[in-house]
Amino acid sequence: MKVLVTVKEVAEADDDFAIEGTDIAESDLEYDLNEWDDYAVEAAVQLAESGVADEVVAVTVGPERSEETIRMALAKGADRAVRVWDDALEGSFPDVASKVDLFEAVVDEEEPDLILGGVQAADTGFGATGVALAERIGFEHAAVVNHLDVDADEGIAHVHRELEGGVEELTDVDLPAVLTVQTGLNEPRYASLRGIRQAQRKEIAAKDLSDLGLTADDVESALTITSMYEPESESDAEIIEGDAGESAGRLAEVLREKGVGA
Amino acid sequence: MSVLVVAEHRRGDLRDVSYEAITAGRELADERDGDLHVAVVGGDVDAFAEELNREGVDAIHAVDDGEEFDHNAYQAAAAELADRIDAGAVVLPNSVNGLDYAPALAEDLGVTLVTDAVGIEYDDGLTVTREMYGSKVETTVDVAGDRFVLTVRGGEWPPAEGVGDATVETAEVDLPESGARVTGFEEVGGGDVDIADADVLVSVGRGIEEEENLELVEELADALGATLSASRPIVDNGWLPKNRQVGQSGKVVTPDVYIAVGISGAVQHVAGMKGSDTIVAINTDPNAPIFDIADYGIVGDLFDVVPELVDEFA
Ligand SMILES: Cc1cc2nc3c(=O)[nH]c(=O)nc-3n(C[C@H](O)[C@H](O)[C@H](O)COP(=O)(O)OP(=O)(O)OC[C@H]3O[C@@H](n4cnc5c(N)ncnc54)[C@H](O)[C@@H]3O)c2cc1C
Repeated sequence: MKVLVTVKEVAEADDDFAIEGTDIAESDLEYDLNEWDDYAVEAAVQLAESGVADEVVAVTVGPERSEETIRMALAKGADRAVRVWDDALEGSFPDVASKVDLFEAVVDEEEPDLILGGVQAADTGFGATGVALAERIGFEHAAVVNHLDVDADEGIAHVHRELEGGVEELTDVDLPAVLTVQTGLNEPRYASLRGIRQAQRKEIAAKDLSDLGLTADDVESALTITSMYEPESESDAEIIEGDAGESAGRLAEVLREKGVGA
Repeated sequence: MSVLVVAEHRRGDLRDVSYEAITAGRELADERDGDLHVAVVGGDVDAFAEELNREGVDAIHAVDDGEEFDHNAYQAAAAELADRIDAGAVVLPNSVNGLDYAPALAEDLGVTLVTDAVGIEYDDGLTVTREMYGSKVETTVDVAGDRFVLTVRGGEWPPAEGVGDATVETAEVDLPESGARVTGFEEVGGGDVDIADADVLVSVGRGIEEEENLELVEELADALGATLSASRPIVDNGWLPKNRQVGQSGKVVTPDVYIAVGISGAVQHVAGMKGSDTIVAINTDPNAPIFDIADYGIVGDLFDVVPELVDEFA
């Protein structure tokens, strides 16, 4: 069975950041593999290690810079990677449908039996790509999966979906399926030095729109960010100033007033 | 153009987010001079329909199907009803189950999806307010086209109240055979301590960096006579058991004092602790969203501040 893992390089804002136009200044952003995708990669690699999966392919949509992040997935055990990018994607805020267009084209080429991805991307927090993709390609799906047991012979993924308030839903999902993965599903490994060395030799196939039989029209987004700003704090928090000793002293007074530690 | 809201229930009860989605849906319906329809799928639909009949609701559609959530049924029912009433917008809670079918529904209807809205405005077209980069910034997003699926964040709209005079009808919908079957539920996170009972919580987040460093916050909890709780990554790492997790998928706590140490204040965390009487945050990042709901804050390194605080109470 072939497993496709969708991964995304996400941006995180530094403690101090400036907003330029409708985004955070490039110099104030740091890039990393999306936390939720890390768990998806681990799940896929574990399926390969246990003999359930024959091949794990990581796929991402991102500019050349994101190869660094994709290499992380390769270093952790994905067999090869596909990176989709096109100048037409530069600077736009892609909507879910246009991302699904791209992933659908990759799915058509790869024909996976199972697709894993994170439940959300930490930067945009949309939480939608996996389930929308499932609908498009006619796969079953489950979102917010925190326990996974694939029965390849039966063609079923037994999953737990983590609902609100400490309740898990137990669900049987027919394969082929797209599962969006919650943190806590497993313990993502660190990439070993050997893994990192091996990753250098693994293939990252770069594809643009025409490679995938798409045009710029296909990925035109219905969404435009029109403003970005720091949310006005409605809080009247008292920020306790001073060095560690002073601020701890003042906080201790406050806490004692509240009857703490008495 | 009319608006369709799909209610959410679990194990026999409607969830609060259903009433909040009704308020958001009514807002949109008003802007577009349309009616507000509410659908409820599965469970005790008659009782649910009665409860959902709040002020501002024009019509309720009860779709009888199974006891619990089934994303295929919800999607099929919502798609069919949206067509029938020519809905310009379908509004759903941005809940775990909302995320399990809203994207498929939008794809099915061929309309644009916007998730996790914290504000909406309609003026010629839809503008949605959303957060990005871990709630450090807010954005306004213009949505092209005039039909969409929107999921709304819990706690951002007041729940719809009062008693309405909606028409209630049982809606017959062709529901597909499901390729995903719910086989049961499991409660997690029982165990020795119930953090929901604690008067004072010292709560630790990813800022603690290493498992060994937990000792530091344990000392603080001891010194204060407090109970130790945590944000999700600490529990995901296996450093503390699941029953210590505060948040949307953990426990909702309402202590007299909640001390958040190295916790950014992600929305799913805040969902579990915003009802605390007094909130104290210790964080190096002055822009951390936790400061927005804190009563007292120290912008500083927990490894400097916490030992001093322990000394104060030693
Ligand atoms: C469906 C779903 C459900 C979820 N449910 C929950 C839930 O129930 N509970 C929950 O907590 N999360 C939940 N999450 C995860 C949530 O989105 C966040 O990822 C998580 O809350 C972040 O935890 P954190 O604040 O500890 O870590 P981070 O967001 O990484 O924050 C760490 C903070 O520590 C600060 N820091 C770093 N070093 C120091 C230092 N030396 N001194 C002081 N401060 C420091 C940083 O500035 C930062 O603000 C859920 C997510 C999803 C998608």
